[in-house]
Amino acid sequence: MLWNLPFITVVVLTLIGLVTVLLKKNIIKILLGINILNSAANLFLITLGYREGGVAPIFTLAPSELMVLPTPQALVLTSIVIGVATSALVLSFAIVLQKKYGTVDIDKIRRLHG
Amino acid sequence: MTVADFLFTNAPALLVVIPLFAAFICPVAGKISSTIRNLWVMGMMLVTAAVAFILAFRVFVTGPVLYVFGAAAANLAVPLDSGGIPIRIIFTVDAMSAFMDIICAIVGVSVLLYSLSSESRNSGLEGYYTLFFLMIAGVFGMVSTGDLFNFFVFLEILSLASAGMIAYRIDGGLAVEAALKYFILSTLGAIFVLFAIGVYYGQYNALNIAMIAQRMQFTMLDKIALVLLVAALAMKCGAVPLHFWTPDAYSMAPSSVTAFLVVASQASLYGLFRVVFTMYNITMNCVTVGWIIIIFGVLSMVVGVTMAIPQKDIKRLMAYHAVSQTGYMLLGVGVGLAVLGNTTLTSAFGFMAMEGGIFHIFNHAMYKGLLFLTAGAIFYRIGTRDLNRMGGLGHTMKYTMIFFIIGALAIAGIPPFNGFASKLMIYESVYLFNPLLAIIAMVVSILTLASFVKVFHSVFMGPKLPEYADVKEAPLPMLIGMGILAAIVILFGLFPQPVVDILVAPAAHALADQGGYIASVLGGA
Amino acid sequence: MRMSKIVRTAADILYPAILIFGLYIVAHGHLTPGGGFQGGAVIATGGALVIVAYNYKEVTGWLKKNVLTGQEVSGLVGFIGVGLLALAFGQVFFFNYLVGSGSIFGMPVPYGINPGELNTAGIVPLMNFAVGIEVWGGLTVVILYMLSGLEKEGC
Repeated sequence: MLWNLPFITVVVLTLIGLVTVLLKKNIIKILLGINILNSAANLFLITLGYREGGVAPIFTLAPSELMVLPTPQALVLTSIVIGVATSALVLSFAIVLQKKYGTVDIDKIRRLHG
Repeated sequence: MTVADFLFTNAPALLVVIPLFAAFICPVAGKISSTIRNLWVMGMMLVTAAVAFILAFRVFVTGPVLYVFGAAAANLAVPLDSGGIPIRIIFTVDAMSAFMDIICAIVGVSVLLYSLSSESRNSGLEGYYTLFFLMIAGVFGMVSTGDLFNFFVFLEILSLASAGMIAYRIDGGLAVEAALKYFILSTLGAIFVLFAIGVYYGQYNALNIAMIAQRMQFTMLDKIALVLLVAALAMKCGAVPLHFWTPDAYSMAPSSVTAFLVVASQASLYGLFRVVFTMYNITMNCVTVGWIIIIFGVLSMVVGVTMAIPQKDIKRLMAYHAVSQTGYMLLGVGVGLAVLGNTTLTSAFGFMAMEGGIFHIFNHAMYKGLLFLTAGAIFYRIGTRDLNRMGGLGHTMKYTMIFFIIGALAIAGIPPFNGFASKLMIYESVYLFNPLLAIIAMVVSILTLASFVKVFHSVFMGPKLPEYADVKEAPLPMLIGMGILAAIVILFGLFPQPVVDILVAPAAHALADQGGYIASVLGGA
Repeated sequence: MRMSKIVRTAADILYPAILIFGLYIVAHGHLTPGGGFQGGAVIATGGALVIVAYNYKEVTGWLKKNVLTGQEVSGLVGFIGVGLLALAFGQVFFFNYLVGSGSIFGMPVPYGINPGELNTAGIVPLMNFAVGIEVWGGLTVVILYMLSGLEKEGC
């Protein structure tokens, strides 16, 4: 059970994120939902990289044979960097939309149609 | 080591590095003067295209090319002390990737030429060219990489740059609205891709596509990952039922960007094909997945064209046609996938269907790019995209009209243009698979023709309108940009057979040949 | 909108400390958790702290967009340039041509638990520096541009 706890967290976070993205109308809240989903994916990758009895792959602290493989950590770092860029871009869009439309409610941002 | 050897060896890396380098220098060059910046972007684009052609030449002559970043040698995919696992970032360029590289290079050059004058009236051009080169790097990276996580990274680079480009002309917030819609959807898709990558990594301890393909068991988890990947990539390539971002994004982006967004969506299409053909191939139930892709394709064709007919905005109309044409590619390749396990059927019509679908990718990029560029030229001169407010432009914009006719006839599948060549291949082979599908495809083609006749009539025909009396022909760089694409449309329409033999057939066979792909990365295992 | 004197003084004191901590993370990227992006992000947080404590107009006097954009560009070009140098040496792109060379960052790595030898890992620290400079400039300039967008609104 304890072993599966991170995976259960991943599922819960994914559901929370999906619900937030699909049901919330505020762009900022949608962005938060995306960030939660992103964290879920990151947690998933990190959990896959864990082995019982392994230590963090920090070279100065550990004898090499006990280290876990650092690949998932590297992947997650990359994914976090991409997440930062995503957040910055969506927030910029939100700023522009607030200035042009006077709202960040996606139900009111509907001038494109057809 | 001669220059030719150097280029031959390092072409896959240079393909991504040169656009990135060009993108980062752009702001500096723009600070000095706009002429230097224009020279810089044009020069770098030509160099990139040259590298892409050199790489494609090498691939088509000698087979798949590997490039291992940071290794002791460029083709050392599996180091001796790694236990048979490819550990570094590996670019695997086979015939299919090289095929996509060629598309991206041709469209990139003509779009860049075009935007030198089409965007010259706007401010913030440093950002424009920086994002443009990032898009190019993203497409080249996506189609060249042999590593699934790397694919995700380039997918995200492409999404970020595309979203920035769509929002580039803010247009009272409308463009930002379209970009937001596009970007939230692509980010969700990218997170799905990331989950799928996690599933593969957890099961097979590998990120390399060839390694995953070799170890593929098609368990329950693999099915989930397949669904995630297919959903995300079908959304990114604009297939129905996840097409709703396409008309908004395509119509609000600057026209030059739209022409390149077509290529960007095709890079996702490439990703979809790479996943189903190279990673899963016959371990999965090809008939089911093939039919799913066929149904996506047929839905895209029908819904796209029916939505296109009532449109009043010229670029929105063309965007729905882009959705519809994506359906042809999915149909062709889907039929190829559905019969993949069956050797008799595959050699009877499966390969021909795949060749038709893949050839259509190329043709679509050319004529749809051309059409979007003509729409942009019209917008550049008269400042509206509303079909009801246009008319009589054929008197003044003769060359644009000719290019539009070429593009419109090609998209409708009229000989002797390239759309006909690929559509004929799709009709013939799909008819053998299921006559109904072929008939639907033909009807959609006729509706496409009808729709474009309407556009042609309302834009170019009729008397000269007084408000457009002093409209001039589009500037020369824009005409050259359109001319390159138009020349290819005609050339490939007149001589389809050599193109199919030299470019398309190797690409289709490379896509279907899972064993060859694995062997090219992991050695003859 | 200017914060109270307490906050401003605290920001003044903390900013150099954050800067040094960020640079430490960048410089030790090849030995400890962290690296260019993380260090650069820490430094950018320092910038954000100053922006929050003072108002936008005052801050633009110290944190200049031109300088920060220049940092961003030079960081990115440096990163690519370090990789491209490998091609100039006839190696593969991103090949670690400095490791084990005995020159800068070219010392052999000691095994076992040790305090960490900074002078190792070849081109990895160089890339960390490049990325650190780039992220420092990039993230700060993102914050500044967002603020300038809000500032015109008057909020």
